[in-house]
Amino acid sequence: MSSLLNSIDLQYVIGALVKIAIFWIFIMLVVAYTVYAERRVLAVIQNRLGPNRVGWQGLLQPFADLLKFIFKEDIIPLAVNKWLYILAPIIVLIPAMMVLIVYPFGPEVPLPFGDVISQTINDLTAKIGLNWNVDLRTINLYVTNMNVGLLYVFALTSLGIYGIVVGGWASNSKYSLLGGLRSSAQMISYELALSLSVVAVLIQAGTLDLTKIVAQQSGWFGMKWNIFQPPLFLPCIIAFTIYLISAIAETNRVPFDLPEAETELVAGFHTEYSSLKFALFFMAEYVNMMTVSVLATTLFLGGWNGPGVEQFPWLGVFWFLAKVFFFLFLYIWLRGTLPRFRYDQLMNFGWKVLLPAALFNIVLASVIGVLFL
Amino acid sequence: MEFAHILFLAFAALAVVAAFNVILQRNPIYSAIGLIVVLCSLATLFLTLNAQFISAMQIIVYAGAIMVLFVFVIMLLNVRSEEARTDKQKYLKFLAAPLFLALLAEVIAVVRYVNLTPQPLPSANNAGDPSTVLGTVENIAHGMFTNYVIPFEAASVLILMAIVGSMLLARREKPEEIARIEKALTRQQEEEISKEEVAA
Repeated sequence: MSSLLNSIDLQYVIGALVKIAIFWIFIMLVVAYTVYAERRVLAVIQNRLGPNRVGWQGLLQPFADLLKFIFKEDIIPLAVNKWLYILAPIIVLIPAMMVLIVYPFGPEVPLPFGDVISQTINDLTAKIGLNWNVDLRTINLYVTNMNVGLLYVFALTSLGIYGIVVGGWASNSKYSLLGGLRSSAQMISYELALSLSVVAVLIQAGTLDLTKIVAQQSGWFGMKWNIFQPPLFLPCIIAFTIYLISAIAETNRVPFDLPEAETELVAGFHTEYSSLKFALFFMAEYVNMMTVSVLATTLFLGGWNGPGVEQFPWLGVFWFLAKVFFFLFLYIWLRGTLPRFRYDQLMNFGWKVLLPAALFNIVLASVIGVLFL
Repeated sequence: MEFAHILFLAFAALAVVAAFNVILQRNPIYSAIGLIVVLCSLATLFLTLNAQFISAMQIIVYAGAIMVLFVFVIMLLNVRSEEARTDKQKYLKFLAAPLFLALLAEVIAVVRYVNLTPQPLPSANNAGDPSTVLGTVENIAHGMFTNYVIPFEAASVLILMAIVGSMLLARREKPEEIARIEKALTRQQEEEISKEEVAA
């Protein structure tokens, strides 16, 4: 047992758990304030005020909402399939959350008071008879750098469909079932274009590891992003466009929010859900928005690369978040601006426009890659 | 005892329980969900064996694509529970025992004859050159496109044939197409009749 406690594995696992906890809290805060930002920005677009009563300018609104969600009555309708009804929001949220371990938030940064912290940890563990040698002077701002990072993200995002489809089915209501089926059909269709579009970036980067994809884009004073970087900038720009459109469809947002079209389907797959279970669906949607924004940033816009990152590594976090928030703002902006597609238009667009375009882009990227790379 | 062992035991147990769930449930939806759990725990087992690419593919292809289709079809047809069709398959159960024994023999043969000395796994921190490390994308791609390129291409041709075949089966003549063909046929007949009349 002492070998287990002393092993490098345990230190690695505890370090990973601490990082996961910190990133998780951070992401929950971002999600909460994205909801708030959405309500305020939509209010500006629609020429009204939005929530501005709880705290200064309504800044405490997310916490008020959370409390409300927790204390609302949790209704489980009689005719539902109880186990699956309870399981569905969990199936949606857990894969969405699991993705965060491969987010590259920033470069290797010096931790303030890192030497003091690592010395304290080493002393404390030595007191209970362990022989740890922790070094926290510089830390990596990601939990793990998987060799298959990008595939891991795609694998987990594709699991989220089950929650929606199972939730729709278990609710035993026609609106929910139709919403769930629509949603899964839409996500399967646009997933193809989404995954095919990133191939251009992979040819450029030569790796699936997200941290290496970011590192490969450093240079030019932090502006050597994949959409600017020769020789593959043209396929990358096309890929970026395809990715952006399919990402919006993948997260079921306007103008592709057919699964929850209020006028036809009440609220789609979560019509029967209330209280915290509804909140879980809601959170999962925003976490997924965050995931596709992070991927867009990492793959196309250079991740944490930006002017001045070489001198001040912590600036990388700022650039990274600035780009991610730009995409989140874009989502909200689109929601305030565009009308909804019709269902056949959506399917036609996905299969007859985006998918061929993505395939063509792969051919283009491969040819350019063979000739110039 | 290492972390990998604990993980292995936990997920192997989960896989076995879920596999029993697949065959014992009456409701096809529960069976499908059991199968998804089996596939996901297998993916985790692959991860503990350092087969990261296989693990990701397991989830993307099986859990993420094929099982979604299964669940989709089950829900669309709204099959409430297994229908009593066991009487049609009464000969199958005589086949089940030999097949099970064959599978068992295969497992024993693998355990007995395959070299089980564990490969040295790279630690999470020092990976080295990815193409020489077992289980990475680079390593698998290297093998797939050099030594095993013919089986790989043959498999893709097979899949292409399956796609073309399913499209052929699913193709249905459009109503206007059928109407056009019928019209052309009747016109031909009329012309033949009028020719015969002229000849007469």
